[in-house]
Amino acid sequence: MRMLTWKYASPQYFYPLAGKMIPWFAALAVLFGVSGLWLGFFVAPTDAQQGEGYRIIFIHVGASWMSMFIYLVMAFWASIGLSFNTRLSSMMASALAPTGAMFAFLSLWTGALWGKPMWGTWWVWDARLTSELILLFLYLGFIALQAAIDEPRRADKAGAILALVGVVNVPIIYFSVKWWNTLHQGASVSLTQAPSMAKTMLLGMLMMALCFWMYSIAVALARVRAIMLERERNSEWVTQLKEVQS
Amino acid sequence: MNAFSVLSAVVQRDLLVALRRKSEVLTTLFFFVIVVSLFPLGIGPEMDLLRKIAPGVLWVAALLATMLSLNRLFAADHADGTLEQMALAPVPLGLLVTGKVVAHWLVSGLPLVLIAPLLGLQFDLAPRALTVLMISLLLGTPLLSLIGAIGAALTLGVRGGGVLVSLLTLPLYIPALIFGAGAVEADISGLGAAGHLSLLAALLALAAFFAPWATTAALRIALE
Repeated sequence: MRMLTWKYASPQYFYPLAGKMIPWFAALAVLFGVSGLWLGFFVAPTDAQQGEGYRIIFIHVGASWMSMFIYLVMAFWASIGLSFNTRLSSMMASALAPTGAMFAFLSLWTGALWGKPMWGTWWVWDARLTSELILLFLYLGFIALQAAIDEPRRADKAGAILALVGVVNVPIIYFSVKWWNTLHQGASVSLTQAPSMAKTMLLGMLMMALCFWMYSIAVALARVRAIMLERERNSEWVTQLKEVQS
Repeated sequence: MNAFSVLSAVVQRDLLVALRRKSEVLTTLFFFVIVVSLFPLGIGPEMDLLRKIAPGVLWVAALLATMLSLNRLFAADHADGTLEQMALAPVPLGLLVTGKVVAHWLVSGLPLVLIAPLLGLQFDLAPRALTVLMISLLLGTPLLSLIGAIGAALTLGVRGGGVLVSLLTLPLYIPALIFGAGAVEADISGLGAAGHLSLLAALLALAAFFAPWATTAALRIALE
């Protein structure tokens, strides 16, 4: 088991494994996405207070979760890469950043679309919206820093430190709901209290969240494969790949 | 050499270097003054409005001024190799970094704190609010220097470093901005600034502990 884990920490062995895993995760993403959207748009009842407009929750909540979660995962891989000097971990962190930034943007965008009918305004300077915006800036900073440094190892390490510094921000996002009382409604789903929404709505939301999970994994794996090829282009195993030779 | 004498040696050395290049120091200060003075020109001279935006304007200007002065922190020492000698010195690099940050604050943070009440008067802030503004900047500007040092170290010798450092550090400055400007606003609206100032002080304590550590790690990467 130990040997197996370490074996796949090497790009040479991880590259084909990731290639095999991508179709499965992509298929799962489609499956969860279709069922989640079907539940969200056709099965879930119309909300008594918010009407049909609330249905954007199915995308919005999942995207917000993913944007925060991916940052944590990214920081985790970056810190592993920094402390153990493993190439693949740092590549994984770089591969996750664009997806996380995309979800942060999606979360802000859908939030604006939701805010217009609910609060009558596209944007409010509320703590959660603002911290989501900061999160997007942090992603952009991470991507920009890595892009500005030519040498991959230095880019990895510098990015890792930035990600770890930024991780301090993620709990602030989460707890900001409690710190500031503003327009934004409280957390939609809480683990301690019984959910106040209909079962089908919750199910639809979870399906969409799972869809985003699978999508993120598939996309990150595809991206990490590209990074591996780029960085290891001079190594033996890359030149022997079928897709490279043809 | 004990830790304190190392620290004071670095601070003295950086202050001396800054003193030899006075114009750089003054540029930051004048930038702060000019940016703050631009806002009434852009927004209009209604005193009620100005009083309301004063804390935010002064704080944002302080953020930008600090950010502009960040490249002075390590860049010159990196260019002439001093930084490498510091990394090789038989004292912890973290201590030297702390000394440099302290000197940076004395040179570019403290003048902002001292001139802020004067600019606050232009915005018709009450004497009490001016005091709170000074306290909040006194707690906040070292925080800005500490966090900024991480960004400065990460972008050391990187192409486009000047713009990049703003992209990296400005988002991290936001909590300081919220609590710093919030303290003055809370005082003006009669809520009392103690809560905001306490949070600002807590952030400062946190940053004083962690930031030199992160900066040192970033410098070691840059010097590799």
